[in-house]
Order: sequence, then C-alpha cells, then structure tokens
Amino acid sequence: MLFHSPHFRRTEYIKPLDSSPMPNPAETLTVNDVRHVARLARLAMAEDRLPAMRDSLVSILGHISQLQAIDTKNLEPMAQPLPMRNRLRSDESGAALSTADLLANAPKVEGDFIAVPKVLGGDSA
Amino acid sequence: MSSDLIDTRDKIARRETTARAVVQSTIDRIASVDQELRSFHEVLAETALAAADRVDADIKAGRPIGELAGVPIAIKDNIATRAGRTTCSSRMLETYRSPFDATAVERLERAGAIMIGKTNMDEFAMGSSCETCAWGSVRNPWQTDRIPGGSSGGSAVAVAANLCAAALGSDTGGSIRQPAALCGVVGFKPSYGRISRHGLVAFGSSLDQIGPITHSVRDAALLYRIMAGDDPLDSTCAPKAVEDPMPLLEQPIKGLRIGIPTQYRKGNSPAVDAALNRACESFRSIGAQLVDVELPLTDVGISTYYVIAPAEASSNLARFDGIRYGHRASGNFPDVNALLSASRAEGFGAEVQRRIMLGTYVLSAGYYDAYYRRALQVRRLIKNEFDTAFEQCDAILGPTAPTAAFPIGGVTDPLSMYLCDVYTVNTNIAGICGISLPAGFDDSTGARLPVGIQLQAPAFADARLLHIAHAFERAHGGRQHPP
Repeated sequence: MLFHSPHFRRTEYIKPLDSSPMPNPAETLTVNDVRHVARLARLAMAEDRLPAMRDSLVSILGHISQLQAIDTKNLEPMAQPLPMRNRLRSDESGAALSTADLLANAPKVEGDFIAVPKVLGGDSA
Repeated sequence: MSSDLIDTRDKIARRETTARAVVQSTIDRIASVDQELRSFHEVLAETALAAADRVDADIKAGRPIGELAGVPIAIKDNIATRAGRTTCSSRMLETYRSPFDATAVERLERAGAIMIGKTNMDEFAMGSSCETCAWGSVRNPWQTDRIPGGSSGGSAVAVAANLCAAALGSDTGGSIRQPAALCGVVGFKPSYGRISRHGLVAFGSSLDQIGPITHSVRDAALLYRIMAGDDPLDSTCAPKAVEDPMPLLEQPIKGLRIGIPTQYRKGNSPAVDAALNRACESFRSIGAQLVDVELPLTDVGISTYYVIAPAEASSNLARFDGIRYGHRASGNFPDVNALLSASRAEGFGAEVQRRIMLGTYVLSAGYYDAYYRRALQVRRLIKNEFDTAFEQCDAILGPTAPTAAFPIGGVTDPLSMYLCDVYTVNTNIAGICGISLPAGFDDSTGARLPVGIQLQAPAFADARLLHIAHAFERAHGGRQHPP
C-alpha cells in the first residue's frame, strides 16, 4: 500500500522478487566500474583518484553486504515512512518568483537568458 | 545571553530589555568568540538589527507581538533564507542567495523571531563531525580541538556557546541529535512529515527533517509547535493536526514505561554507559518503569542507511549542474557532460562525491535490486521492530552516540565515521521522532566532554516525547555551560 513509485513497478516486472544476490565488491568492483559510475554521476574524476575511490566504495559496500543475511522474503519495500499516497494540490496560479529572482543566481546571464559556453558538437552524451 | 529562549522572550516582552539589546549583545558575543569556534558562516547583523527595531517599536506602541518576538535564532546553512546566502557549506553554492524563505523560517519570522545568522555544517549535511564543511572545521566549545558533531554542528555550537537563543538544524541520520549530544544541548528530530521541508536543500528526501537545537526542552517544544503542520509547498508534510506539547509539559507523568534495548548497551564508552545508567536512575526517580525491549536490527541500520541515503542524495544532487545556479567550471568543454562533470567535480567536496558515487552505484543497472530494493525491505523490518517495541513502552531510551566528541582529524576512515550514527539512523529510517538530551560528561580525557541520551517515540507521538523529555530534564538537571 505504501509503495506507488512507477519506477519500482518497472523493476518488479523485470526481475522476480528477492532474486538478486549482492556481489562481493572486493572481488567484483573494478577501477573500470568506478570510472563508469563517475561518468553516470557526471563527476569528472582524474585517473589517479579512481583506485582510492574504489577502495573506499569496496570498504563501505563490504559492510553493507551484511544486509544479504537478512530474510526479506515477501516483504513490501518501504520507500518512505508516511502511510499516504502522492498528494496533489489544486491547479491554481499563485505568487511566483520573478524572472529577475530566478536569474540572479545564474553564473552568467545575457539579457533574460542564462548564458552557457558553446558545448554542441561532441558526441559523448 | 545565558537564559533559554522563553526567558529571553519574556524579558523582552516585559520590557526588562529590548530586542535590539539582545540582538546587539548576541552579535558582539559572536564577534568575540566565534573566530575560534567557527559556528557561523554568515552573521546577518544588518537585517537582524532592523528586525529587532521593528519588534521594539511594536512593543513600545503596544501592538500585539508574536510568541518569539525578538529572540535571535541561528539557521543551518542548508535551510533557505532570503537574507544572506544559503551555501550548504559547499563551494557548489558559495554565492547562492535563495529567492525565498523556507517554510520553517517563514513561520518563525511570523512569530517574531530574528534570524541572526547561517551556521556551518558538514557539506550538504554529509558528515558527523563538521570536518567536511568547505569553510573549515567547526570546533566544540567544551574543548576546541574536538569535533562538535555533525552535520548540524554549527547550530549546536551556536546554542552551546550562547551565540543564539536557539537554532535550526536538519536531521537525515542523526544530524541534529548527535551534535546536540556532543555539545551538551537539546536536539529534537520530529517525526517525518511533521515540519515542512520546503526550503530545506534536499539530501535524503524520505529521511530529512528540520528540527530545533535549544537550551531546554520547553524551547524545543515551542519552536516545534510554531514550525509543525501541513504546508501546501511540501507534499510529504503530513495533513494531520499538530498536538500542542506546551500544556502537557508541566503535567505529571503516570505509568510511564521506558524501554531500553539490550542492543543499545553494546560498544559504548564507559562514560556513555555511566550516563545511561544515571539516566535510568532519573527515570526511576520520577516513577517510570524500565523495561527491556529488543531491537535486533540496530546493527544493520548503518548498512540500510548507507544504501538509501546515498541513493536519494545521488538523485537529489543531480540538480547541481552549474547552469542555472551553483558553481560552473570555466574553460572550454567538448560537450555538455564534460562541462557538467567538471563543474560538479570542482563544486563538490570529497565526501559528497563519495556518497554520490555510492548512490549512483547502488541504483545502477544490475545492482538496484540487490542493494536498493533490499535496503527498502530491511527498512520495513526496522520499522516493524520499532512498532513491536513500542507495544511494550512509551519511549525508548539509549545513548545518542557511542562516545563523546573525538579530536578533529581523529577519525579518517569513512566507514568508521558512519558508524558513529548507529543509534540515530534508525529513527529516520522508521520515520519516528527522537530527541537528544544532555545527560552528563566524559571526564576521562582531562577535558569535560558532554554526553547525551536519546529518547525515541512513535511517529506523530512528538508531544508525548517532549513531555517525557521535559520530565527527564527536570529530574536529571538541564544543560550546563561550557567554560
């Protein structure tokens, strides 16, 4: 009853319940994986920082692997503590921030526009 | 200012002093001691004095004043205020000025409170020691080479060192309660959904809660009552009437059952165990019955938390792209992602990057079920375990943290730092309420270091928790002041 995220239902279709064992990160997590995760997270990470990041992730994930021993069969996941569904407020216009307010924090502005450096043309998106 | 918020308010209202005098002496005291303690990132002297003058004018003219008229309150720097900056102690938001006030701040100001400044914190509230603050470590006023705790360390220090009448913190896994314990003040994390999160920079959206750090339980109860309640700007704020704790506080407690989990007595320092034993005596002295309860999953709280919180953080912090606001890297970049990745790498500190990486990993294809889904299932077990325990008792008692404050730089391994929060994270995981109260000192190092105890109560039993906490405070003695 508590869990209504469409994101979640999607994964339920893909995999049966409780089917995914945790990997042993010390054996499976490679520097290549860390580089890949950094790219997913949009964090530029110098090559020489990857091994230390890997080691700290391995240490934390190693501790987390204690969750593997807990019997979670047929347990409904709990995404948040409140016993309520998504709430919508009525679709009425109200006070809003001005364009000037919203642009005030932009690193660079030209007129009423946020200015960005030229970045089109690459293909790593 | 050595009295609590309610005393200060009453003195202003009775015209024994003025709001300006209170605010000016607070500003002067910050100027004299905070260079060493570093609890404030920004003191809002000009707007605070102007607000104080408005309060004084109202009092002079006999106009009605709010319940918090003239009292200076410090705000953790991840809570949006129109006055000053809102930096989250991060280079990413070094120059950010919020165009709006957080709902909690707006409600305090409407009651006449004066925002005195923005307090330092662990960057984006990720830390237990205030050492990840981009502007340098905050220092514990009891012993300045020690950490104040975190992440709301600046707010706890500001209260402990009498640099404000009260402060706001935020608590995702213990970030109000643990620094309150380590600084010897009161720190209250209300139930999830009790205080609007609108204007609180999101870290773990299913865990985050704003709460007060105060000199006394009654101050915490008053601030809670003023801030709590539904908000159309936060759909996770519960549409449920707020029970006023204030009339309850002075009433006698009868038939009180305090549960003590056997799991909360493992691995604590001797001083923490001694404080817990004395707290039990105080409860017995007010007629409480102490009962043993079991919370066998206490030990897996950290593992559960360090899947859920980083997962939510990696998603929440995806908004910081350096385009619309926040730090933007300079130079030429071949594509959009290179620009975003460079801005984020420059703007976020090491701990924030580590948690974004961890969260991205546990949510990534192939690991989502193994980590995230499983953590959410264990979360339900943890909640069920609390439900069972609360059938046997009205509140659960234990230490807030397993030790007193450690030296700055004394814990360098991230996992060891995470384990400091073993007694606090499950409160957030289950969405229940918790409060840390001053309970004694650890004198074993030569310094006098405060130790706190934590009381936990079921979700939305906040008024009952404050009632019990107030009874304990009266029996055990309130906060003491650092030398």
